[in-house]
Amino acid sequence: MAEAGIHGHTVPLRVYFGVFGALMVLTAVTVAVAFMDLGPWNTIVAMGIAVTKATLVILFFMHVRYSDRLTRIVVAAGFFWFAILVVLTLSDFLSRPWLGVPGR
Amino acid sequence: MHSPAVAERPHGHPALAHHFESLAQQKQASSLGMWVFLVTEILFFGGAFLAYIVYRSAYPEAFAGASHHLDVTLGAINTAVLIVSSLTMALAVHAAQTGRRRGTIGFLLATMVLGAAFLVIKAVEYGHKFEDGLLPGPHFSYPGGGARQAELFFSIYFAMTGLHALHMIVGLGLLATLVWLAARGRFSPGYNTPVEMIGLYWHFVDIVWIFLFPLLYLIGRHG
Repeated sequence: MAEAGIHGHTVPLRVYFGVFGALMVLTAVTVAVAFMDLGPWNTIVAMGIAVTKATLVILFFMHVRYSDRLTRIVVAAGFFWFAILVVLTLSDFLSRPWLGVPGR
Repeated sequence: MHSPAVAERPHGHPALAHHFESLAQQKQASSLGMWVFLVTEILFFGGAFLAYIVYRSAYPEAFAGASHHLDVTLGAINTAVLIVSSLTMALAVHAAQTGRRRGTIGFLLATMVLGAAFLVIKAVEYGHKFEDGLLPGPHFSYPGGGARQAELFFSIYFAMTGLHALHMIVGLGLLATLVWLAARGRFSPGYNTPVEMIGLYWHFVDIVWIFLFPLLYLIGRHG
């Protein structure tokens, strides 16, 4: 279809159902893993699964996989700015006990 | 409805605004604008997620203990309900793109039913928390130690799930508008931008819950 790139891409239904299946499986996995004791890995695995699920939704349900480059940059910039917010804030909160500064 | 600028175009689509060259350009602008809005939403929820990160890193044991008071089963059911609603939303977009009006309306209504089901389950959960005295405030009562820190957890829980539920309610209103527009035959394979844009919003709200569920319900479940 020559029009596909212009009037929006129609994503094949099997892609939608495939992503849906993966999201349901990952939900079951994250619940199961939460009841195992993995120490600090519990949080890392839970967040890894959540990021994977969110990426699947963004790429396929939200069509970013099929979007133009400008849209992709805007999406990436949003998460990058959120990362700045978290990293800079934690660089303060997590480093306070290292130096024994007041305000702790 | 037909502005002079549109009337001058021999092949102007009724949905094409006069300041766009083509429906394709108009759709690109809509999509970019919707994503810019969603980026502001990322940072809006981001502030709340940051509060969670800071206080959980400060009081990890109290947060894990407080998390035990949430109902994992209801939380997991709601996660599944939202994922199914994202699927029906994606199918509604697909139906609009392929010109199936009844399919579009059907999948939009299914998405609304699932969204409403999520809110009902959420309301039941809130009710249980109120009965248990876990609503932060003067009547907050918490068994065991670390009550002040647990109150922080529940403040964040109610603020974040409340903001999320508010977005769901707005989404239901938007979906109802889409059903009305679809029933009036406003969408076609050539023009279905509103369905796609509201779809983006609905999926975004699903993503927020994808993170809220493990962060609020699933911490410290082992041992």
